[in-house]
Amino acid sequence: MERLLRNRWALVVALALILAALPLVFPSNYYFRVAALVNIFALAAIGLNLLMGYAGQVSLGHAGFMGIGAYAVAIGASRFGLNGAVAMLAGAAMAGLLAFLVGRPILRLKGHYLAVATLGLGLLISMVLTNEAGWTGGPDGMAVPRLELFGTRLRGPDTWYMITAGALVLGVILALNLIESPTGRAMRAIHDSEIAARVVGVDVAAYKLKIFVISAVYASIAGSLMAFLNGHITPDGTAGFLRSVELVTMVVLGGLGSVLGAIVGAAMLVILPQALTIFHEYEHLLLGLIIMASMILLPRGVIPSLLARLRGGGA
Amino acid sequence: MSMLTGMSRRLALATGIGAVMAAAPAFAQGEIKLGAVLSVTGPASFLGDPEKRTLEMEVEALNAKGGLLGRKVRLIVYDDAGDANAARTFATRLLEEDKVTAMIGGSTTGTTLAMVPAFEDAQVPFISLAGAIQIIQPVKKWVFKTPHTDTMACEKIFEDMKKRGTVKIGMISGTDGFGKSMRDQCVGVAGKYGIEILHEESYGPRDTDMTPQLTNIKNKAGVQAVINPGFGQGPAIVTRNYRQLGITVPLYQSHGVASKQFIDLAGPAAEGVRLPAAALLVADKLPDNDPQKKVVMQYTADYTKKTGQPVSTFGGHAFDGFHIWKQAVERAGTDNPAKVRDEIEKTKGYVGTGGVVNMSPTDHMGLDLSAFRMLEIKNGDWTLVN
Repeated sequence: MERLLRNRWALVVALALILAALPLVFPSNYYFRVAALVNIFALAAIGLNLLMGYAGQVSLGHAGFMGIGAYAVAIGASRFGLNGAVAMLAGAAMAGLLAFLVGRPILRLKGHYLAVATLGLGLLISMVLTNEAGWTGGPDGMAVPRLELFGTRLRGPDTWYMITAGALVLGVILALNLIESPTGRAMRAIHDSEIAARVVGVDVAAYKLKIFVISAVYASIAGSLMAFLNGHITPDGTAGFLRSVELVTMVVLGGLGSVLGAIVGAAMLVILPQALTIFHEYEHLLLGLIIMASMILLPRGVIPSLLARLRGGGA
Repeated sequence: MSMLTGMSRRLALATGIGAVMAAAPAFAQGEIKLGAVLSVTGPASFLGDPEKRTLEMEVEALNAKGGLLGRKVRLIVYDDAGDANAARTFATRLLEEDKVTAMIGGSTTGTTLAMVPAFEDAQVPFISLAGAIQIIQPVKKWVFKTPHTDTMACEKIFEDMKKRGTVKIGMISGTDGFGKSMRDQCVGVAGKYGIEILHEESYGPRDTDMTPQLTNIKNKAGVQAVINPGFGQGPAIVTRNYRQLGITVPLYQSHGVASKQFIDLAGPAAEGVRLPAAALLVADKLPDNDPQKKVVMQYTADYTKKTGQPVSTFGGHAFDGFHIWKQAVERAGTDNPAKVRDEIEKTKGYVGTGGVVNMSPTDHMGLDLSAFRMLEIKNGDWTLVN
């Protein structure tokens, strides 16, 4: 089991098999929708986890980048007549550029400056989306034209489950590749000790910036996919501060520095609120208790803690 | 370790209970399933909470009287906490899992618009409780709404202004969703009433002093009245500052602050302020020959007795939505979504808390300006104008 979790290709194959097999047991479109949301949030959480788990920086405005991706496809398609896929890439490019511009001066500093800057950036993006009603429809949001690819209009949660599942597998492969690459080794060195990394010649600021840009692109793509899935977006639903906090919670809950952890964290925070509705008034209380219990019993996050326990108790 | 097993045993027990709770009603045959996605918690809970209580109260009363078409009505409520994304997920859940045959809800315009595509695709009638006119314009086959629109509030105010001979006005609006939407609607219909907006100001939802903006309005020559589209505490501060600056021209507030809370917040400064509001707020002051008198008095009595809280117009919207749906089901003789939809569209002369509803294929709200009453605050209480 442990070896399986360690081997990155085994992980990818297992994930792809599970994602491909799930539709066989899904009784209705509702399950497809929830699973598609898990895929989407997992994608954003994986990107954020690269930043938090490897570069050791927290972004408190990551939903802002999701908002950029979401509104890029909505505005690009409805106001400029762009194909949705093109608009999605344009959104990703914009999110990456913005991350580059914001991150470049800040990441030269040590400490939690990025957290504060991204907090401001996230609020700013959310405010712009709310106030520029002429472009974005204001606080009530705007409709997203359906994506057309090769003459077919893509709609329905089942279709979007397949697409988001594909995007998730691709995102996992890219993230794992990055972690195993020289960049990944440099990142881990930075995470363990910034001073030591600098001494052996790692350009700390440049690597941090690179990761920040990559994580912003992940979030933007996730935001675009969510916009396509929902067909209607609002500033709070995509770029709100609570959404940013939710993403950070997913990463910490699932496990810092673990790609699988990000997926597990996303799955927990998307599925639990749905499962807990049967408890009516107590659902929020229970959700909080489960998260607390999970952090107390599995303090390093679900996946890393379980791995450590397997290693300690198993063998 | 023992803690862990204890936890898991309790969890297993909890899930067991959950499974029983979820499974039990599924065996009951012949229930009519009514769905509701409401913002019961979160920033819009002042809408969703009274809506939920009202629906639960009405369904309980209906079932106690033998249900609808001899069948029990089961209400399934989900809380979207004001999040449009969650609302959409719950909409899918209602349609795919719970298989409801109608839906009342969508507390905010954002959550409503997010859910519209799901109900249009599934062809299930959807009665929204949110304000904005985009919900029913352009007309969507399966979507209806019960609250009056912001445009109607503007029209009611302009109508009153004209009666007083006011044509040149100043406007100060909040930048929150409500204030912004209503401001746009007011600007849109001002021309129709020959009203000229001489000067415009705005304030943020968390601003605590509007003196500078109001000073600008005060200094603008020729302003005969001021209108304040806004929501929450902003309008109360505007009202206080307005009096502090000694502005004497009439001040109009919107239906967004039509609650006792506004009078409490603004204090003596609220004297003489006029605003449009639903009949529900002044139930006991309505003349006995008012068509709405009976229904609003009844609802007020029931709701206050059941919840121990004062009524709000938002709960009233849910009341109207429920009864429009109920009567449509009775007329259709079935809960078949397509037939119920047709009957909802044929609703004529339904007297509710929001007004008299006359729907048509081109009007999925069915209210006219008589739904609003013009109120003036006198001695710390509402009085009817006219």
